[in-house]
Amino acid sequence: MKTKMNTLLKNKNARTNALTYLVVIAAFLVTQYLYSADALSSSVKGYLIPICVYISLAVSLNLLVGICGELSLGHAGFMGIGAFSGIVIAALLKDTIPNDALRLLCAMFGGGILAGAVGFVIGVPVLRLRGDYLAIVTLAFGEILKNIIGNTYAGIDESGFHMAISTTKMPLETGGKYIINGPLGATGIQKIATFPMGFVLVLFTLFVVLNLINSKEGRAIKAVRDNRIAAESVGINVTAFRMKAFVVSAFLAGMAGALFGLNYSSVTASKFNFNTSINILVFVVLGGMGNILGSVISATLLYVLPEALRSLQDYRMILYAIVLIVVMLCTWSPKVKEYLSVIGDKLGGLRKKKEVGSHE
Amino acid sequence: MNEYSRKMLKVPTYNLLREQDKDKLPVLDVRNLGIDFGGLTAVDSFNITIGPTEISGLIGPNGAGKTTIFNLLTSVYQPTRGSILINGIDTKGMTTHKVNKLGIARTFQNIRLFSDMTALDNVKVGMHNQIKCSFLSSLLHLPGYYKAEKKANEKAMELLDFMGLGDVANQKAGSLPYGVQRRLEIVRALATNPSIILLDEPAAGMNPSETTELMHQIRRIRDTFHIAIFLIEHDMNLVMNVCEAIAVVNYGRIIAKGTPEEIRQNPAVIEAYLGREESNA
Amino acid sequence: MQIIQYLINGISIGAVYAIIALGYTMVYGIAKMLNFAHGDVIMVGAYISFCVTNYLGLPSAVSVVAAVVVCTVLGITIEGLAYKPLRGTPGLAVLITAIGVSYFLQNAAQLIWSSSPKNFTSIVTMDPISLMDGQLVITGEVLLTVCVSVAVMVGLTFFTSKTRTGKAMRAVSEDRDAAQLMGINVNRTISTTFAIGSALAAIAGVLLCSTVPTLMPTTGSMPGIRAFTAAVFGGIGSIPGAMLGGVLLGIIETFSKAYLSTQFSDAIVFSVLIIILLVKPAGLLGKQVQEKV
Repeated sequence: MKTKMNTLLKNKNARTNALTYLVVIAAFLVTQYLYSADALSSSVKGYLIPICVYISLAVSLNLLVGICGELSLGHAGFMGIGAFSGIVIAALLKDTIPNDALRLLCAMFGGGILAGAVGFVIGVPVLRLRGDYLAIVTLAFGEILKNIIGNTYAGIDESGFHMAISTTKMPLETGGKYIINGPLGATGIQKIATFPMGFVLVLFTLFVVLNLINSKEGRAIKAVRDNRIAAESVGINVTAFRMKAFVVSAFLAGMAGALFGLNYSSVTASKFNFNTSINILVFVVLGGMGNILGSVISATLLYVLPEALRSLQDYRMILYAIVLIVVMLCTWSPKVKEYLSVIGDKLGGLRKKKEVGSHE
Repeated sequence: MNEYSRKMLKVPTYNLLREQDKDKLPVLDVRNLGIDFGGLTAVDSFNITIGPTEISGLIGPNGAGKTTIFNLLTSVYQPTRGSILINGIDTKGMTTHKVNKLGIARTFQNIRLFSDMTALDNVKVGMHNQIKCSFLSSLLHLPGYYKAEKKANEKAMELLDFMGLGDVANQKAGSLPYGVQRRLEIVRALATNPSIILLDEPAAGMNPSETTELMHQIRRIRDTFHIAIFLIEHDMNLVMNVCEAIAVVNYGRIIAKGTPEEIRQNPAVIEAYLGREESNA
Repeated sequence: MQIIQYLINGISIGAVYAIIALGYTMVYGIAKMLNFAHGDVIMVGAYISFCVTNYLGLPSAVSVVAAVVVCTVLGITIEGLAYKPLRGTPGLAVLITAIGVSYFLQNAAQLIWSSSPKNFTSIVTMDPISLMDGQLVITGEVLLTVCVSVAVMVGLTFFTSKTRTGKAMRAVSEDRDAAQLMGINVNRTISTTFAIGSALAAIAGVLLCSTVPTLMPTTGSMPGIRAFTAAVFGGIGSIPGAMLGGVLLGIIETFSKAYLSTQFSDAIVFSVLIIILLVKPAGLLGKQVQEKV
């Protein structure tokens, strides 16, 4: 009996995970079919890769905010590191690896590893702080990273690869080509990002995050969030776990960033600012904290919403803001919820009355 | 008492110890422990030696500093003075999770379960350091992960059954009745494979029959796992019945130590609990 | 001499940060929320002042009063409509709502006043004071900003320690439930706090745009973030802390721009913030609270 219940519960967990994968795979297949049938407008096609990128970002941030309970406001910084290192790696490997997909994969992993490493370096001092203080420091680091990337120069010339973080442009030999050009950002990027690779990225992100949640590390992370002191008392090294989650999250954001960067012909550092971090956080909160499928869905919908409202021109962002506030009030406010349920009951009552009426 | 040396590590024979603990390394050896909060001395000159399979009690009026002593023992606070040795190792400067690895586990006065997780998961969190599974293998769910999880599940169920909690394994910890939550905390502490466990008011909020049950369980824990138990409790019936040695604290200092019988008759203890007796005129 | 001039400039911009930070710190201390829309209230205040002087042709003093009134009403409205229903829910829900409000204000401003920058005329008409044969210049804006920020800080300190409402605010910030049980109207106290914070934002907006005359719908967001870090820097919840944090931040910013690098000034300012928080996790003048076990 006991074991039966046990397996049942396990199944429920596994079912949620399976559902998440299923939804993503089904969505991909449908989109891919429409794509090949040429049923998608060019603007919709343009959204596909960013949507994948933002899904990955939201899921990886959910690991930090929803699962660990650590508010981070600097996720875009890791995305930016991934983007620019990915762009550089792709440019450097241009001749070594002629296959676009393989080169893209290398760039993504390279971007992820670099972002993860930066996450580790930042995490050492930062993770001593908690709550709102952690939030403000991650915000600060996000801005610092953006600032540094905006003053980075990288280029290739005959004597090889050069890189400098400086306020003045680093000289290259004649015939040299800049990959990253300081405040002007990366230009002349070869757009090798593809939608199937975006799908692979989303799957990989889901795989890592869901596995992590359902392992002893995931339990420890949840325990730390629930009750830090109790978690410490049973021998869990709280700092180490916050660090692991932070680095994994940064790694995944870096990969997503690399894909993002390689989807445009030019990218500037200002793209990876505080507002982008906040947007990702909005995806996470609206999708439900700790709810991975929720992050996937809300990232998709909220990315599409402003684009879909484009016809309203000037009014679209204000509408987006109103939708955001209303959704927050409807999902969180106890009073509004109560009110909604009263309305729901009334509607239900009306329907019942109608049914009764029709029977008579 | 200050000149503490490693040679004295053996359990001194003057202590009120069970026959089998004599001449063995004490599991907990506390010397001259003290902590000040600002100008306030919360605990001072606290000494205690606990044998490897001893059940001992810490009693005293409210605010005497009992929980503070537990917090010192588990490195939640760092002591201002004195030393704590767990299995002969000084815990100075160690963090809570490190001293847990040395073999000390605890429960909390105001229950601190992971209330959103199931009882089983609570225990599995306790087993965290026992589960051998690399980070990469849990990240990618390699075969090692499934093996380790299966073993952990079995062990956790065993522990839950031991305390009679097998039936609630899959219920959320926060939804369990108070008495059950207290026992679950004990299971979680046991899951860390400790050599001593500290119970902070284990019987608080329990009804008399639950308390009687708890007394049996405390003895059973000692007899099964061969570990020491150090408990804070206000229920004198429980303390006098299960503890083999009792220390009484008041205003952060030990005012009496002895067997339950000695404590019962100690005038200093009676005074601390009942106040100074007015002249019987 | 140059260095003193930079110091003066730093204090001047720092004083603006300080006024904004005071608003942030009050709201955080009492409502326990990061009001990300605070920076945008600044922008609204500046626009109101701009409109009153430029379109209605009224004197600048009237425009400041108008800005204060509008922003106070705006602050109370935002609090009542968007934040009050979410009281008692997790902090993140309120944070996201605040972000929503911030977007709303920015985009509403863009609809009303368009996104092209407006040239704000300073409200100060005084001629700059030249010292040391013109080596040091103290503008009227500098004097006014510094005086206003000091006055605001002193006023707030007096208000929170001496008046009934102020004491109620402190009680609510310390323990909301206990305050309620003592008969304090928590909702009204929080609304009052928002009113004060928003009024300060309006003043800050006018002063900010008098110093840096470009006015756009996004004018408030960066100073808002800066001021927020200033509040954290000084110890969030502490009134003198916000003042100190704001002024220090302004000085650090000006000096790093002058002596180190303009491009890296953001990185430098934020690095200093991080270092301070690592050394003093509760900020310069904040109280460290230990968790009870």
